Amino acid sequence: MADKLQNIQIRTEALSLHYGAFQALKEVDLDIPARRITALIGPSGCGKSTFLKTLNRMNDLIEGVRVSGKVLIDGEDIYDPAVDVPLLRKKIGMVFQKPNPFPMTVYDNIAYGPRIHGIRNRRDLDEIVVRSLKDAALWPEVKDRLKTNALDLSGGQQQRLCIARALAVEPEILLLDESTSALDPASTSKIEDLMTQLKARYTIVMVTHNMQQAARISDWTAVFMLGEVIEYNRTGQLFNQPREQQTEAYLTGRFG
Amino acid sequence: MAILHTSTGKHHRIPSVTRGRKLDRLMPLVLLVASMVPILTTFGIVITLAADAWRFFAVVPLSEVFSTELAPLRAEPSFGILPLVNGTVLTSLIAMLVAIPVGLGTALYLSEFTSNRVRKIIKPIIEVIAGVPTIVYGYFAYSFVTPLLIKLLPGLGAKNVLSPGLVMGVMIIPIVASLSEDAMNAVQGSLREGAYALGSTRFEVAGKVVMPAAMSGIIASFVLGISRAVGETMIVSIASGSSKRFSFDITQSMQTMTGYIVEFTSGDAASGTTGYYSLYAVGLLLFIFTLILNLVSQAITRRFRLRAG
Repeated sequence: MADKLQNIQIRTEALSLHYGAFQALKEVDLDIPARRITALIGPSGCGKSTFLKTLNRMNDLIEGVRVSGKVLIDGEDIYDPAVDVPLLRKKIGMVFQKPNPFPMTVYDNIAYGPRIHGIRNRRDLDEIVVRSLKDAALWPEVKDRLKTNALDLSGGQQQRLCIARALAVEPEILLLDESTSALDPASTSKIEDLMTQLKARYTIVMVTHNMQQAARISDWTAVFMLGEVIEYNRTGQLFNQPREQQTEAYLTGRFG
Repeated sequence: MAILHTSTGKHHRIPSVTRGRKLDRLMPLVLLVASMVPILTTFGIVITLAADAWRFFAVVPLSEVFSTELAPLRAEPSFGILPLVNGTVLTSLIAMLVAIPVGLGTALYLSEFTSNRVRKIIKPIIEVIAGVPTIVYGYFAYSFVTPLLIKLLPGLGAKNVLSPGLVMGVMIIPIVASLSEDAMNAVQGSLREGAYALGSTRFEVAGKVVMPAAMSGIIASFVLGISRAVGETMIVSIASGSSKRFSFDITQSMQTMTGYIVEFTSGDAASGTTGYYSLYAVGLLLFIFTLILNLVSQAITRRFRLRAG
């Protein structure tokens, strides 16, 4: 399958992960292309979210996690001890399942990232805030509310704010962990449209439970099962002609 | 309860079920009476204080009350309260200068910089410190800390403001640390995740996300600490002495409002004299002091909670 891929930005080699005695990922090899949307699907507990979090080392925050194998991003092993983890995470934005805006103003939410990475100039910050909100398709709705508390926005707006917040630090990769599962259909479709626009500039990896969503917007789809990738292909092919029986069973809703 | 009994297999009669219902209706009343005890007690205290304080304010003009001259046992007594307020404010200030940074640092460490396992060991130990009787702290301040400080500051009096202030600060650390830690621990993990995902260091997560989000609880812990300091009696009575001079020299003895009450209830003022009623006046002011602090704390908590959602 890798031979069909060009422009690989993320490559995992024999990536395994243990939570204590439990092995959540079993030697996963996966090549993820640049500036495409790659969907990770599979039943609950199959390791897809865990896999996503190995890509920006969010698993480091959980006690008792051990990772082996390699995660290469632009050819660099991000588990090398010399890697500066905060800088790595700046390069790889993440949006979570539930919107998690900080309890501050809309403006300060967006400016948080640039500020911690050293941008202090008010005019630069203003520019970043406006650009990020526009990129996240939120600007028209909040342009007069930059000083209101972000928690006063609706759930869908909050999630786009979180996307804008992630874009503000100029990442190259965007990880979405079931980022529309807590939203209503209208907000979901807004975010899906947004992702199809953003993939021109960002590599997007999204975990989703919504198979229609994966089919609608992703270019490549990987199916996880019990910590392994059982099938990985172009989304159209994978949905129309799954190679594996388990994939077909999962896609048709016979389990998972 | 009645229903649980049936699961033991014994045959239980219906009446036990109806009895349970009656108890359900009776229980709120019992609990209401219980909840009235502290409220009525507080009212009782206010009324007693106000009634006897009134006898004081009827005799002593306000201009004398708000003066710096305090000499209750002189042939021509003077009842200026400012030396006492000054003693209370200075000891509390020193205490908070110790308790706020150390307490907040402890809370930050426990909440953000250590593992759950370590926190579960350290936090109870810190909370035990809060349970040490204050007389022990007073004795500790007078017979250990003061002599130690005299070696550093030769001009320090045997009774002084500095030593009890510092010791009181140590006593208050657990209050600030424990309540602030609770507040920080209550900040949702998702905010931390969001901040880490943007490339924050631990320090940035703690200082720029967790602390602001927990600010209402943190400030409430400060105010509670201040109320504790203002109301603290034993430590200051023992170690700061009873000088009624008005000064800002923390190396010398001063009396606090609480210290004054202790001195004069242990027998120096004859019942019915102005000096006797002055105790109630000081008590009333102390009560108003802490009441205001509590109201401020509530107002701040509410304001921050609105902002933090």
